[in-house]
Amino acid sequence: MEESSKKKLTMHIDVDDLIPATDEEKAYIVKMRPSTTFFKDGVKRLIKNKVAFVSFIVIVLITLAAIFLPMVWPYSYDSMLGNVPGQPMDSSFNNLKPFQYSNSEKALIDAGESVFPHVFGTDSAGRDYFIRIVYGTRISLAVGFFASLIVLVIGLTVGAISGYCGGKVDLFIMRVVDIIYSLPDMLMVILLASVLKLVLGTAIEGTILEAIGSNIISLFIVFGILYWVSMARLIRGQMLSLREQEYVLAAKAAGAKGGWIISRHLLPNCMSVIFISVALQIPSAIFTESYLSFIGLGVNAPMPSLGSLASDALNGISSYPYRMVIPAIVISLIVLSLNLFGDGLRDAFDPKLNT
Amino acid sequence: MNSKTVAYIIKRIILAVVTVWVVITVTFFVMHAVPGGPFLGEKAISEAAQKALEAKYGLDKPLFIQYVTYLKDIVTRFDFGPSLKQRGRTVTDVIFDGMKTSAFIGLIAAVIALISGIILGAVAALRRNTLMDRIVMVLTTAFVSMPSFIMGSLLLILFTVKFHIFPANGAASGGLILPIITLSLSPMAYITRLTRSSMLDVLGQDYIRTAKAKGVPYLKIIFGHALKNSLLPVITYFGPMLAYIVTGSLVVEQIFAVPGIGRAFITSITGRDYPMIMGTTIILATLIVIMNLVSDIMYKIVDPRITLE
Repeated sequence: MEESSKKKLTMHIDVDDLIPATDEEKAYIVKMRPSTTFFKDGVKRLIKNKVAFVSFIVIVLITLAAIFLPMVWPYSYDSMLGNVPGQPMDSSFNNLKPFQYSNSEKALIDAGESVFPHVFGTDSAGRDYFIRIVYGTRISLAVGFFASLIVLVIGLTVGAISGYCGGKVDLFIMRVVDIIYSLPDMLMVILLASVLKLVLGTAIEGTILEAIGSNIISLFIVFGILYWVSMARLIRGQMLSLREQEYVLAAKAAGAKGGWIISRHLLPNCMSVIFISVALQIPSAIFTESYLSFIGLGVNAPMPSLGSLASDALNGISSYPYRMVIPAIVISLIVLSLNLFGDGLRDAFDPKLNT
Repeated sequence: MNSKTVAYIIKRIILAVVTVWVVITVTFFVMHAVPGGPFLGEKAISEAAQKALEAKYGLDKPLFIQYVTYLKDIVTRFDFGPSLKQRGRTVTDVIFDGMKTSAFIGLIAAVIALISGIILGAVAALRRNTLMDRIVMVLTTAFVSMPSFIMGSLLLILFTVKFHIFPANGAASGGLILPIITLSLSPMAYITRLTRSSMLDVLGQDYIRTAKAKGVPYLKIIFGHALKNSLLPVITYFGPMLAYIVTGSLVVEQIFAVPGIGRAFITSITGRDYPMIMGTTIILATLIVIMNLVSDIMYKIVDPRITLE
């Protein structure tokens, strides 16, 4: 080797160069990495995206807190602490500032017993405000999640039918979608919610649904009626474009049947788009719920939601501004982090952006 | 304008008209589905008085006849019937009364949002990846995802409860400043982001490089070439912006006690003033539909390359 490189012009061929490579040398050149899937790839990209990752952690923490804190907290969201049956009303429980104690609790503390603090104080009816915030968060998250699920199911079904059938069915569905899409959604939501609340109130009396409350159910119905359209549009568009892909043609040529093509080729390729839009639907549902609760069309009292807590706080805003600030921060945090996470999800999983 | 554009405009107008009709129809039938009718819950009245009231408001006729009359009154006379709670006034009166204040707030908020959003967005794009750009982006992200009622309440706490700068009552002098700021922040943030991203897009175009190579002065490139073209997407936001301002004003007027149409709407919902609810919904919805129509058509005419669905 060395000799031949010194004499550059010589025609002499070094036989050593032509020896077949050993396995070791092959391994050196061909760097085999473990094969990766689209999903793993996306998750890797998602974790690298710091903003999305932090948002994800915030969402998980808030969700876990909303689920588990009410189980261990010594106060419940609807018990008026000063109102114990068989005893005179103790109004010193009402309107406590954070970490203040009522007269009877002070007496207990003086007697050496430990009393669980009211972290955010109590509201005007003597209910522990911290647990109401936690419970309100739970309601808001649950409403957002289930509303998005409803939107997903309806949108997926209609969109898939429209995209797959084509022709007159598609044309008809798309005209309906066009009209619903151009309706001013918030006004229609307010209108429907204000009426459904009254209609449902009598209709569901005595059934299991009553426990959920007529307002939340009317909220779900409103979402089901109005917000499926963008999802349906999305799914239809996906279906239409994916149907024309070469690999679908190849699968058909190889003898695959329609069901196989839908389940193995079309749906998995729609999945990322569907997940992304559901992830972005949740904050908008939470937003709508808190808006409706704020104007008095949301959850039934005494159930709290972040919007109704903020609305209640408006009355005593000059004396207890923190009662407004806390739910405001929680809503903003939830909506913001869900939005940022959804954006990150889109960057990580939208195959069209990766090319 | 070629024939394709004209066809598009006609199609869009038809869709808008159908949408308004759907709004009226849905509103009418939904409101009439309420159990008990509008006079339930009032103090007990005799059967004769009930009959007389129903006859006065035409409620004794079949539903479909009522619908046709309602539709005809709106189209021919712009008449939404009498308000049930505000005696002696028609819905149209109440709405136009409130509309003066609301339109004033909304227009000023929209103008502020447009001007400051475009300036901020353009500056952020030109100073990309500087500290200023980052600050603008963080703030706008927060503003975009903050509901209007949160924004309004926080401003109320900050400027009236803590610092006593502005009055809390919207009817007082200077009382409209906070509602206007509240309504303009979110659209401003959105326009900023829109302008920034489209400005960045335009700055990377070949014709900008050509202009630079030709020695066109920097400011002329920015204002004559880049900004002009990057403002096109902002046009599409006019419709959604109006929708945001309208729905936002419902709660903002409530928070700041502004005597506008939004507060009248909320009051009519809690007071079950059915003709008011219907009239306000229809008028506001029509406004939003018209604004969407105008911004779509403008966009299409200004930029014929765009193919809108």
